Amino acid sequence: MSEQVQHAGHDHPEPGFFLKYCWSTDHKMIAMQYLFTGMAMAMIGGFLAYVFRMQQGFPNHYVPGFGLVTPGRYNEVVTMHGTIMIFWVAMPVLIAAFGNYLIPLMIGCDDMAFPRINRLSYQIFLLSAIVLLGSFLVKGGAFGGAWTAYPPLSASGAYNLTPIGATLWLLAVALEFVAFLLGGINFTVTVMNSRAPGMKMFDIPILIWMIVLATVIFMASAGPLIAGAVMLLFDQTMATGFYDPVRGGDPLLWQHLFWFFGHPEVYVVLLPAMGIVAEIIAVFARKKLFGYKSMLYSTWGVGILSFVVWAHHQFVAGIDPRMANVFTVTTLLISIPVAELVFLYIATLYGGSIRLDTPMLWALGFLAEFLIGGVTGIFLGSSGTDIYLHDTYFLIAHFHYTFVPIAIISVFAGITFWYPKMFGRMMNETLGKIHFWGTVIPFNVIFIPLFMTGMAGDQRRIYSYAQFAEQSRPALQHLRTTSTIGLLVMLSFQLIFIFNFFWSMRNGKRAEANPWRSTTLEWTVPSPPPHGNFAELPTVYRGPYEYGLPGRADDYWPQNAPN
Amino acid sequence: MSATAKPIANTRSVTGIPTARLITWWVIASEIVIFGGLLAAYLMHRLGHPEWAASASHTNTWAGAFNTFVLLTSSLCAVLAHKAADALDGPRAARLLRLTALGGVIFLTVKGFEWTTDIREGFVISSGGFWSYYYTLAGLHGLHVLAGAVIMLIVASDAAKNRELQRVECIGLYWHFVDIVWIFLFPLLYIAR
Ligand SMILES: [Cu+2]
Repeated sequence: MSEQVQHAGHDHPEPGFFLKYCWSTDHKMIAMQYLFTGMAMAMIGGFLAYVFRMQQGFPNHYVPGFGLVTPGRYNEVVTMHGTIMIFWVAMPVLIAAFGNYLIPLMIGCDDMAFPRINRLSYQIFLLSAIVLLGSFLVKGGAFGGAWTAYPPLSASGAYNLTPIGATLWLLAVALEFVAFLLGGINFTVTVMNSRAPGMKMFDIPILIWMIVLATVIFMASAGPLIAGAVMLLFDQTMATGFYDPVRGGDPLLWQHLFWFFGHPEVYVVLLPAMGIVAEIIAVFARKKLFGYKSMLYSTWGVGILSFVVWAHHQFVAGIDPRMANVFTVTTLLISIPVAELVFLYIATLYGGSIRLDTPMLWALGFLAEFLIGGVTGIFLGSSGTDIYLHDTYFLIAHFHYTFVPIAIISVFAGITFWYPKMFGRMMNETLGKIHFWGTVIPFNVIFIPLFMTGMAGDQRRIYSYAQFAEQSRPALQHLRTTSTIGLLVMLSFQLIFIFNFFWSMRNGKRAEANPWRSTTLEWTVPSPPPHGNFAELPTVYRGPYEYGLPGRADDYWPQNAPN
Repeated sequence: MSATAKPIANTRSVTGIPTARLITWWVIASEIVIFGGLLAAYLMHRLGHPEWAASASHTNTWAGAFNTFVLLTSSLCAVLAHKAADALDGPRAARLLRLTALGGVIFLTVKGFEWTTDIREGFVISSGGFWSYYYTLAGLHGLHVLAGAVIMLIVASDAAKNRELQRVECIGLYWHFVDIVWIFLFPLLYIAR
């Protein structure tokens, strides 16, 4: 009761533009800041992909909108593409934007537990993005030592030829990590402590579980890399000897620190994506999620195992072959709980009354494409085959069959699903479906050829195969060009999404509170939700997936309905 | 929302652990892995480089031991401050917190003298593997001492007016953590041969 009284005290006059859009502590506004920053960064990352794919498809031609891709520029562009897409698109959109928007709404409270820390988190994130983009403008250009920043290449400006860019890159990544640590701690505390009365551990929607587990994995894995980044920074600027063998350091140390973070990071972004897909599948199959608890236990298994697989990135780096055996086994083991998750999703679909609206298409697209990513990973996780496939385009294709479903497909699933809640309007379904097929088909056209060029031996990070006699395989050029054309088609279809996104904000059909007839708490408030979210804070009576109930008038039973 | 209004989310406590204490534990957990990564890297290298012992013998063990004593004493003050805050005696908690922060200042002053001597003798951060770790580990720890002391003074100024007394415990927890990190650093950097 006292909660409601306090809540009434929150009413206040409408703030000015700056206070409302730039200095807000409202979790929904901060989510929008993350979402729009992430989308802007995605466009930059997409443009960079366009630049280097043009160079691969049509080598050493003038790239419209960019110019000639010299070897140095090529290195910059691939490095920044990887960095931006992982750290400034996948992380902010999947975890920060969806987490910020949905955590308080789905667990039934008015905001994050620490709104000002939340605001600070975004501000540091924005600063990190500015530092990263600013590095394009400095002397020598942006960092060109690959997104994994292996020393000695990254440790000395004399090697990587982008001394200032390399330092700014490190600084930006470190700032970004601080931002997500602050945000992640806030998420975890909020979900632990601020849930609506009655929402027990197993009444929490899977997506919220996944976001919290992802942030915990992030917190546990990012620390060593933060320390490692400080060491690399000192190697670059103060001639310390942590990594550079010339100064008595050990380059393998960075690889351990980087991948001890880098592999769990895959699951940091995968889990929220799986969560989004789970929510959508349950709603559009009108079925209770199959095996809620199995899903959770599998996810915990994934989380724990993700800390003991990192050296599968280092099979050819000179690690002890006995260690390679161990990491092969753990890597193959982790595919078991991940496969379990996918099976549970398929079991949820089985016998459901499936509606193929746009969000559901994206969710199913995620499962199909991610499956290919998972299966091809087995060849890279086994040290025997990895020795051949390592650092080829097979790896690139495998990686993108995991990351594009995660960072692109599931994000589109989430945006199209929660758009009515976020903006109070429905998106256009026809445009949504055109965009779906226009993204997913070209996506396969991009990467299936790259599996083939990779198996034929094409190494990654080569700016022009024609320049290297042992790499030049003219017979493969048509595959490289096909891939580039696939990318051009995929990128142009994104214009349809951008149009649909902004056009629907003004012209879409008005969304009611619960357009998808869903059970979770965010759908019990108006679209878009007012400041403070709930007019009266909800009480939770049951789990989040009560669909397809025969005895009831509606086929769904909201979490907050007493009976 | 005005800067001072707390959301209801902040006032709930489903786990039974007060939200302020919970977030402090998470902050400490995320810091443990930062220091853990750095210490693990140091240990692996140290074991692989027995010759580092020669460099380590140049460190000033007595200064390190004195600083250990200072930090432990200041941690005791932090505990007493927490007790005072529990008894709702804000002004006393504030005095004890300021004493704790003073310990931090003494620690950093001793550290400053130590480093000046080291540098005069020609041992700088780029003088070799051991010194790289020595300055990085102690420097990162020193930054935490500095940050802890500053936050401590802010918390103390609130506590003096009997405001936000729950923060006394949190900053105390954090201070103990900084203390414990030093307990690891001292033998590993100064004593190990
Ligand atoms: Cu991996």
